[in-house]
Amino acid sequence: MSVQQAAHPAATAPTVAYLRNVLLFSLMALALAATGMFQSWVLALTILNMSLISAIMALGVNMQWGYAGLFNVGIMGFTAFGGLAAVLIAMPPVPEAWAAGGFGAMLGLMLGAGTIFAAIIVWKRMAPGRLRGLALIGTLVVGYTITSFVFGPATTAIARVNPATEGYLGGLGLPVILSWPVGAAMAAGLAWVVGKVALGLRSDYLAIATLGISEIVIAVLKFESWLTRGVNNVVGIPRAVPRPVTLQQYEWVQNLAERLGLGLSETARIVELTGYALLFTLVLGALIWLAEKALNSPWGRMMRAIRDNETAARAMGKDVTRRHLMIFVLGSATCGLAGAMMVTLDGQLTPGSYEPLRFTFLIWVMVIVGGSGNNWGAVLGGFVIWFLWVQAEPAGRWFMDMVTSGLPADSGLRQHLMAQAAHTRLIMMGLALLLMLRFAPRGLIPER
Amino acid sequence: MDPLNAIVALTNFVLIPALAYGSQIALGALGITLIYGILRFAHFAHGDIMALGTAVVILVTWGFQAQGIGLGPLPTALLALPFGIAATILYLLAVDRTVYRFYRKVKAKPMIFVMAALGVMFVTNGITRLVMGPSEQRFADGERFIISVREFRDWTGLAEGLALRSAQALTIVVALIAMVLLFWFLNRTRAGKSMRAYSDNEDLALLSGINPERVVVITWAITGTLIVLAGTLYGLDKSYRPFTYFQLLLPFFAAAIVGGLGNPMGAIIGGYVVAFAEMGITYAWRRVFTHLLPEGWEPTGLMQILPVDYKFAVTFGILVIVLIFRPTGIFKGRTL
Repeated sequence: MSVQQAAHPAATAPTVAYLRNVLLFSLMALALAATGMFQSWVLALTILNMSLISAIMALGVNMQWGYAGLFNVGIMGFTAFGGLAAVLIAMPPVPEAWAAGGFGAMLGLMLGAGTIFAAIIVWKRMAPGRLRGLALIGTLVVGYTITSFVFGPATTAIARVNPATEGYLGGLGLPVILSWPVGAAMAAGLAWVVGKVALGLRSDYLAIATLGISEIVIAVLKFESWLTRGVNNVVGIPRAVPRPVTLQQYEWVQNLAERLGLGLSETARIVELTGYALLFTLVLGALIWLAEKALNSPWGRMMRAIRDNETAARAMGKDVTRRHLMIFVLGSATCGLAGAMMVTLDGQLTPGSYEPLRFTFLIWVMVIVGGSGNNWGAVLGGFVIWFLWVQAEPAGRWFMDMVTSGLPADSGLRQHLMAQAAHTRLIMMGLALLLMLRFAPRGLIPER
Repeated sequence: MDPLNAIVALTNFVLIPALAYGSQIALGALGITLIYGILRFAHFAHGDIMALGTAVVILVTWGFQAQGIGLGPLPTALLALPFGIAATILYLLAVDRTVYRFYRKVKAKPMIFVMAALGVMFVTNGITRLVMGPSEQRFADGERFIISVREFRDWTGLAEGLALRSAQALTIVVALIAMVLLFWFLNRTRAGKSMRAYSDNEDLALLSGINPERVVVITWAITGTLIVLAGTLYGLDKSYRPFTYFQLLLPFFAAAIVGGLGNPMGAIIGGYVVAFAEMGITYAWRRVFTHLLPEGWEPTGLMQILPVDYKFAVTFGILVIVLIFRPTGIFKGRTL
C-alpha cells in the first residue's frame, strides 16, 4: 500500500483529497447556514451543538473501530454514565439526604466493592477445587447480605427526603465544566472493567458484553433514585453559559438584538447557543488534534498494524490484548466526555430518554458513513448524520403527505401513516448505512 | 411449615413463567445460533425481525377477529401464524438477496456482515414502527386460563393458588413441537444434514457438492419460522411492543453464547438457563420461605436478590461468568 502511494505523483493526489474534504465540510456548513436562513437560527445552532457532541462520540467510536477494529455496541451506556457526572459534580448537595442516609449509602457501596474484591482474592489465592468454589459462594452470600442490610434502609431514607424535588444525595456543587473530564474518567473506569472481561476473547463477545453493560447502566440510572432521582429526572443542572434570561439583561445583547433586528429573547437564545457551540468546538478541536497526533505517531501505526493483522503484530512482540484494552478505554472515555457535555447542554439528566437506536447505532451510522479510520471522516459523519436525523423528521412527514395525498383526508390509513411518519427516518438511516457499506465502504473521507 | 404450599407458590410464580419465557428465548436463540453456524455472523437484526414478523401476525389476527373467524378457546393468532411466517421468510430472503449475498460473494469479514445487519436492523425497525407505531399492542383472545387461581384453590383446599394461563401452556407445547421437528430435520433429512455439514466444514461441504446458496435459503427459512413463533408466543404471553422485542436481543445472544454459539442444543439449554436465572434472582422469595420455615421464623424482607428492573443484569451476569470460565459455552460451540 505504502509503496503504491509513493509511486503516485507526489503532490496531486493528496491535494485533490484535501480539496474534496474541504468541499465536503463547506457543503455541511452551507446546509447549516441554509437551515438558519430558511428555518431559524436557533434550530441551526441547536443542530450544530448536537452535531459537535455527536462528532465527539463518533471520534470515540472511530478510535475503537477505526484504529483497532473493536466493535462496541454499548456507546449509549458510556455516554449515559458520563452524563451522570454532570449531576454528581454540578448539582448542589442535599444535606438532609446526606444526614438521612448518606453514610449508609456510602458504606453500602464500599461494602459491595469490598465483597467483589474479597471474592476476587479468594478466587486468586486459593487452590482450585471444590473448597475454593464453596469459599467463593460463601464470600459472595455473606457480603451480599451485609451490604443489602446497610444499603437498603439508607437508600429508602434518602428517597423520603423531599421526594417531589429531591429524594437523592445531590452532587458536589462544583462548576459544571468540571464534570466533562470527570465524565470521561467515569466512562473510562467502566470501560476498563468491561474490557478486562470481554477483550482477548472472540470479537463478537465484546459486542454482546457492551450491549449488556449499556442496558445495565441505563437500568442503574433509571432505578437507583438515591443517586439520579431515576425516572423523575434531575432538572436545573447549573449552566456552563448564562441562561437567556440573564443574557437579556446585558447591554451588548440588547444592542446586538437591535442590530440583528431580532427579538430580544431570540437573540439571547442565539447568544447562549453560540456560547455552547464555541465551548464544544474548543473541545472537539483539542480532541481532533490529539487524535491526529496519536494516529500519526508510532503508537498509531502500531494500533493499525494490530488491527490489520493481529497474529503478525503478536509475533512482533506486541501485547494485543493490553493495547486493545487501552484503546477501548480511551474511546469510551471520549464517549463519556460527550455524554457529560450533552447533559450540560440539556441542563437535565433524563434516564428515560436513552435509546440504543439513537445513542448507539446512530453513532455507528455516523462512523461508517463518515469514514472509519479517519478522524475527520468520523467528525463529518457526525455532522451529516445528525443533520439528516433532525431534518428527516419534517422530510418524512412531507414524504408521507405526498404518498398518501391520493387518499381522502379522513382515511384511517392516511392518518395512521401521517402519525407514524417520523419513523421513516429510521428507514432512511438504515438505507444510508447499507448503501455506504456496499458502494463506498471507506466512507465520505476514506482512511489515508 | 407447609412445604406443599411452598411448592405451589414456587411453581406458580417461578417455574411455569420461567418455563414459558425460557421456551421463547430458546426459539430466538436457536435462530441466532443457526445463523452463526451457517452464515458465520452475529445477527443483530434478530429482535427487529421478530418485531416485524409478529406485527404481520397481529395484523392478520385483527383481520380474522374483525371477520369473526376464530379458533374458539385457542388464540386466533395461531391461524395467523402461517401468514406471519411466510411474510418473514420472504422478507429475510429479500434482505439476503439485496444485502448479505454480496458480502458472501466477496468473502467479507464477519464484522462487515454485522454492520450490514445494523443497517437491516434500522430499516426493519423503521418499517415496524411505521406499520404498528411504537406503543404496546394486545392481540390475545380465546380462553385465558387453563387453571385459574380460584379453581385451583377450591379444588385442592390449599392457601396458595396456582394459575396456568393458556398462553404459557401453548408456548411450552408449541416450542417443544418446534424443537423436536427442528432436530428431526437437522439429523434425519438430507437438507438438514447438508446444513450441519456446511456448518462443520465449509470447504469439505462445498467439495461434496452441497449448494451453499440452498443451505443459506433453508437457514433463513428455519430462522424466520422460529423467530415468528417466538415473537407471537411472547406477545400472547406478555404483550407486544417493538422496543421490548428489540431488547430481547440480549437474552437471545446470552442464551446462544451460554450454550455455545453454533450449537442448537446449547441454545435451547441456554435459553432455559437464562430464563430460570432471571426469574429466580428477581423473584421475591418471602412467600415460599414463609411456608417453608417454622412459625416465628418468617423472613421480614422481600428475600429478593435483585429488583425486577435489573433482569438484564442477571442475563449479563450469566454471560460474564460464562465468558470468564468457559468461553466456548456449556456445549462446545464453534470457534472462529
